[in-house]
Amino acid sequence: MANLNLLQAINQALDIAMAADERVLCFGEDVGGFGGVFRATSHLQEKYGKARCFNTPLVEQGIIGFANGLAAQGSTPVAEIQFADYIFPAFDQIVNESAKFRYRSGDLFNVGGLTIRTPYGGGIAGGLYHSQSPEAYFAHTPGLKVVVPRNPHQAKGLLLAAIRDPNPVLFFEPKRLYRASTGEVPESDYQLPLGEAEVIKEGSDITLLAWGAQMEVIEEAAELAEKEGISCEVVDLRSILPWDVETVANSVLKTGRLLISHEAPLTGGFAGEIAATIQERCFLYLESPISRVTGLDTPFPLTLEKEYLPDRLKVFEAIKASVAY
Amino acid sequence: MTTTTSSLVHSPAFLKGDEFSIDTFALLKQDGSLFEGAAPPDLDRDKALRIYHAMVFTRVLDERMLAAQRQGRLSFYMQCTGEEAAVIGSAAALDDEDMIMAQYREQGALAYRGFSCDEFMNQMFGNERDYGKGRQMPIHYGSAKLNYMTISSPLATQIPQATGYAYGQKLAGDGHCTITYFGEGAASEGDFHAALNMATVHKVPVIFFCRNNGYAISTPAVEQFAADGVAPRAFGYKMRVIRVDGNDVLAVYQATMEARRLAVEHNQPVLIEAMTYRLAAHSSSDDPSGYRSKKEEEAWREKDPILRLRRWLESCDWWSDEEEKALQERLRREVLETMKAAQKRPAPPLDSLVTDVYDTPTPQLNEQLAKLEAHIRLYPEAYPKSASRRSAEGSAGAPGAENGQGGR
Repeated sequence: MANLNLLQAINQALDIAMAADERVLCFGEDVGGFGGVFRATSHLQEKYGKARCFNTPLVEQGIIGFANGLAAQGSTPVAEIQFADYIFPAFDQIVNESAKFRYRSGDLFNVGGLTIRTPYGGGIAGGLYHSQSPEAYFAHTPGLKVVVPRNPHQAKGLLLAAIRDPNPVLFFEPKRLYRASTGEVPESDYQLPLGEAEVIKEGSDITLLAWGAQMEVIEEAAELAEKEGISCEVVDLRSILPWDVETVANSVLKTGRLLISHEAPLTGGFAGEIAATIQERCFLYLESPISRVTGLDTPFPLTLEKEYLPDRLKVFEAIKASVAY
Repeated sequence: MTTTTSSLVHSPAFLKGDEFSIDTFALLKQDGSLFEGAAPPDLDRDKALRIYHAMVFTRVLDERMLAAQRQGRLSFYMQCTGEEAAVIGSAAALDDEDMIMAQYREQGALAYRGFSCDEFMNQMFGNERDYGKGRQMPIHYGSAKLNYMTISSPLATQIPQATGYAYGQKLAGDGHCTITYFGEGAASEGDFHAALNMATVHKVPVIFFCRNNGYAISTPAVEQFAADGVAPRAFGYKMRVIRVDGNDVLAVYQATMEARRLAVEHNQPVLIEAMTYRLAAHSSSDDPSGYRSKKEEEAWREKDPILRLRRWLESCDWWSDEEEKALQERLRREVLETMKAAQKRPAPPLDSLVTDVYDTPTPQLNEQLAKLEAHIRLYPEAYPKSASRRSAEGSAGAPGAENGQGGR
C-alpha cells in the first residue's frame, strides 16, 4: 500500500499494463516525453520507449482513428484526449467506428483493445471548454463502455480493467481530483469490475447516486443529512454504460427514495435515463419523485462556476425535500 | 522547434503552389500495346490472368447485381465499373497477407483475394451465412481470412485507421503493410489529412490509394478542390506521391509494387492518385444523367480498362476469344446460380440483433431480446423473417451463443 493521488494511481495503472503486455501503447497530445499536460503518462516513454509511448499531432479524430486501427490490428491502445471538452472532433470515430466495429463485421474484427482516457468535469476554473462532463452523449451509443472512477484506488483498478476489457472503453477521469484526492492504493496489479455499481455507505431513508468527482459531493451532503437524522445510502455507479440496474434498484426498493446527481446539464443528462428505469422497476416502492441535482441547462460558466455546480448544499436541500415530500 | 530550414528573404514573394507539375505514370495504350520506352512490369502469365479474371468477374457481378436491384431482388448496389484496373491492379501488387481497408467500391480487390461468388451473395442478401450477420447494407463486405477489413459507410474513417493498423504491423515487425482506398471526394474529409500527417510523422508502412474517379455522387472533382487533384497534398506531409493512369492496370500494378517496397522496407508511407472514371452511377439510387453528359461517359467508355488489359494479354498470346467466351459464360452462370441460392437462404437468427454489440450481451440486452421474442410470439405475421425461423427451429437460440458464421 502507498498513499497516492489519483494521477499517480493512473500512472501506476498504465505502468503496470505496459509492463505486463508489450501490445499496450499510450499516446496522445503531449503524452510522450512531457508525460501529458497533467503528467498522467510521466516516465512511461523513458521506461517503454518512443515506439510505445509517444506524442501525436494535434488532431483528436486522427488520434482515435489511429487507435481504432491499432486495436483492430491486435494492439492495446490507450489513447489520451487532453480534455473531454475536445473529444468531439473524434465523435465520429468513437460512435460510428469504435462502438460498431464488432457488430458491423459480425465479430470478424473488433477494437476491444481500445481505451480512451480523458479528464472531465468542473471545479477548476476551466470555463466552457475545460469543464464539461460529456458522458451522456456516449451513454447513448451501444457498443461502448463508459467508466468514471471516484478516487485513486478505484481509478487504478478500473483503468486496469478497462485496458484489459475486450470492448472499447471510455475512461473519464475527474480532473478536479487528480491531485486533490489521495488514498491508500495497493501496489499490486488488481482490477475492479466494469458494469458494477458499489454501495459505499448503507442507509435506510434515501439512496444517493452519483459517479466520479460528484461522489465526494453526495458523501458530504449525506453527512449533513445524517445530522438531521436522515439515513442515506450512498451508491457509486462507477460504470455509466452498461450500468448496474440491479444494485441501484435494490437500493431504492429498500430506501424508497432516489436522488441522482451529476455536473452535466439536466436535460438529456444520464440521471434522466436512470430515473426512467428506476420508476419502472420500483414504482410501487417510491415514497417521493426521483430527484435530480445537476448542472444548469447552460454552457459551463466561469466566474459563477460555484453557483452552477450541484454542490453539497443543493444536494442536502434536495434530500430534505425528498424525505419531506 | 521547426522542421524546416528556411532562408530569410526580404521581399514578400508568395509561392503559388504550381511550381511542381505532377506527371501521370502510364505503360499501356488503349490498343493494348506499350508506350514507346515503357517496359512491362514483372508480371507472369498466371498472375496476369488472375488479375484479368478478377476484373471480368467484378464487371459481370456488377452488371448482374445492378439488374437484380432493378428487378427488386436487392435493396441497393454499387458498381466498380470503369475502376477495375485501379482497384485490382493495386491489390495484385500486395502480399495477400497485407491488410486492405477499403471505402466501398473495391469489391474487385476482394474478388482478387479469392472471396467466392457465394460469399459476395450471402452478404448482399444479408442471409444467415453473411459473415456480417445481415447487419449492413449490400456491398459492405469483410473477410478476416482474406485480410479485408469490413466496410463502413462513413467516408474516410478507414484512412486514419489504416495508419494505426500499419503502425501496429510495423511494431509487430511482420513485414506487412496496409493499403487504404478512398475517392477524391472522401479526401476532403478531415480524417484524410489526419491520416497522412500521422503516417509521415510516425513513419508508418501504409499506402494511401486515391481513386480519383471524377465524381463524389454528383459533385465533380473541379468543385471538390481547386488544386491539381489530390496528389499535391502529399508535399505538405513530406510524403512520396505518384499519379498513375488508373485505367492502365500495368501502371497501377507497378506503381503499387514500388509503393509497397517503400512502405515495407523503409516505413515510408505513399500516396497514389489513380486517375480514372466512375462509369456507372454512384449507386443504384443515383442517376448520373442529371449531372453529366452521355458524351463524357462515352469518351471514358473508350478507355475501358478491362478491354485494354485483354488486348495486352492477347498480344502476349496469353488469352484468346474462345477463352474469353468460356470465362464470360461461366461467370454469368455462376453469378446467377449463387444469387438464386443466396436469396432463398433464411435471415440470421433473432438473437443476432443483440450479439456482438459487446463481446457478450449485457443484462439489458438480454432483457430487451426476451421482450422482443415475447412480442413476436404475439404478432408472428408481422415479423415473418424471424417468426418463420422460430417455428422452423422451435427457438431463436440463446443470447450470446456463437452462431459459427464469424470465423477468424
